Amino acid sequence: MQGPLIDTLARQGVTRRTFLKYCATLASMMALPPAAGRAMAEAMAAVRRPSVIWLPFQECTGCTESITRSHSPTIEGMIFDMISLDYQETLMAAAGHQAEEARQNAMKANAGKYLLIVDGSIPLGQNGAYSCIGGRSNVDILKEAAGGAAAVIAVGTCASYGGIPKANPNPTGAVPVSDIVKDKPIVNIPGCPPIPVVMTGVLAHYLTFGSLPELDDKGRPKSFFGETIHDRCYRRPFYDQGKFAKTFDDEGARRGWCLFELGCKGPVTHNACATVKWNGGTSWPVESGHGCLGCSEPDFWDGGGFYKALSAPADPLKFAAAASVVGAAVGVGVSFANRAKKNKAKATHETITVADLEK
Amino acid sequence: MTDLQFLTWTRGPGLDLAVAVFLLGVLWRLIEIYTLGRKKDLAAPRHAPGASGLHTVFRRSLPPPGMLKRSPVSYIGGYVFHIGLAIIVFLGAPHVLLIKNLVGVSWPTLPSQFIGLTAVVTMAAMVLMLADRINKPVKRFLSTFEDWFTWAVTFLPVLTGWMATQHLLLPYTQMLALHILSAEILLVVLPFSKLFHGFTLFGSRWYNGRVNAHKGVPV
Repeated sequence: MQGPLIDTLARQGVTRRTFLKYCATLASMMALPPAAGRAMAEAMAAVRRPSVIWLPFQECTGCTESITRSHSPTIEGMIFDMISLDYQETLMAAAGHQAEEARQNAMKANAGKYLLIVDGSIPLGQNGAYSCIGGRSNVDILKEAAGGAAAVIAVGTCASYGGIPKANPNPTGAVPVSDIVKDKPIVNIPGCPPIPVVMTGVLAHYLTFGSLPELDDKGRPKSFFGETIHDRCYRRPFYDQGKFAKTFDDEGARRGWCLFELGCKGPVTHNACATVKWNGGTSWPVESGHGCLGCSEPDFWDGGGFYKALSAPADPLKFAAAASVVGAAVGVGVSFANRAKKNKAKATHETITVADLEK
Repeated sequence: MTDLQFLTWTRGPGLDLAVAVFLLGVLWRLIEIYTLGRKKDLAAPRHAPGASGLHTVFRRSLPPPGMLKRSPVSYIGGYVFHIGLAIIVFLGAPHVLLIKNLVGVSWPTLPSQFIGLTAVVTMAAMVLMLADRINKPVKRFLSTFEDWFTWAVTFLPVLTGWMATQHLLLPYTQMLALHILSAEILLVVLPFSKLFHGFTLFGSRWYNGRVNAHKGVPV
């Protein structure tokens, strides 16, 4: 599958028109001007497959599943075939020393030019021994691979923010890519798993403009993570009207009312689920009746419970009993002190008679 | 610390601590105050119409004759912001949800738009009262640090809550966290400041009314 992308796509039955439409859609999703769609199509059609090395660390392969399978077979999936994915453990046929050799060769041949994709967090505990590939720790491999990369794309919440491995009590000492790699541009594409089109969008942007898209303060592409789930949610009007589902099977739930009270984290979660949706635009979590878990935000696993409303406290009465006892004890103590003071004053009180005053 | 970590802290450990200090302080002060005790009044009680603890509890809620005209801002503004605060705290949906989570009881709520309007009116009344306090020389002279401080501590939760729901200035996550934090500061300050009148108000009115009624004076 060498040669320009457009030829390969044509061989797979994708017409130029379909490809243009796809690029226009991608451009509009990323809030780029209309002309960018054409630029994107031209750039991507002519592109020579850039080398991509995909390193999986402490992960569940859900991110790979999401990106390779959910839309397949679509243009997203095919574009994925079009990059020269030189190392991806889940997808590659090679194994063992041959696989590691392929990675080394790709890194050497494309030094300074390849894109490094990372999914999974990096464990630092026990000198990184919690996760090793070919006898080397993840942190070691990442440092080496990042050294020659043009940019790093952290796919999934684990690679972006540490994710579930980093959740309290973080037994493996897991950290995100950004804690290790400091001298390369990093794009975070969080989500558990992330939305496939976000991933291809970033790749397309890189292939077209040779640069990474504009990022927010958490390193995420603004075009996809600029707004909260809540602000783009089709159930938002019910929130504003104060109509909430109270349980997952009540009248409100059947009528599709807001899931805020059932613990939806939409108001504090930045992602594109509400607009892009999942499974080829079929549905998304809130549409299928479950509140947002907030998976594209740092430390979402420790966010105080998936089924607790945002306005509801995690465990506010934790110290209540102890505090009440201490408060009552202090009150009683002070009360005794006051009584003692009063009694002392009474005891030392000297009565004065008229005769005393006339002395 | 990210926005969400900040919010998680305010909803978790922050609230734990604030509620603990609040409960501790309230019990401490209530027990301290009500165990102070007073000597029994041995004089024969006098009787006068309208003189009793209960009478005073109600009477003190109304301005004495002529006072409404002399300081309308204090009375009207005071009423407006107290009622406004009560509506926001006890009839706003997220707040009732919080109460339900805390003690298990809940009741119907008002639409968020109405609560938003109430917040604006409440803040306007509070700002007006602050301006009045600054403008009137006597009020300003009588004001101490505690007065300015408790005003701010009461005002901030309303402001941040309103700004969070209206999506003003800061992202919702940050504003919500600031709102909860400001409410926690209020909880911590309340038992140890003049804001404790929320608890002692009716008790002290009753006490004053009762003592004076014994002397035959309706106060």
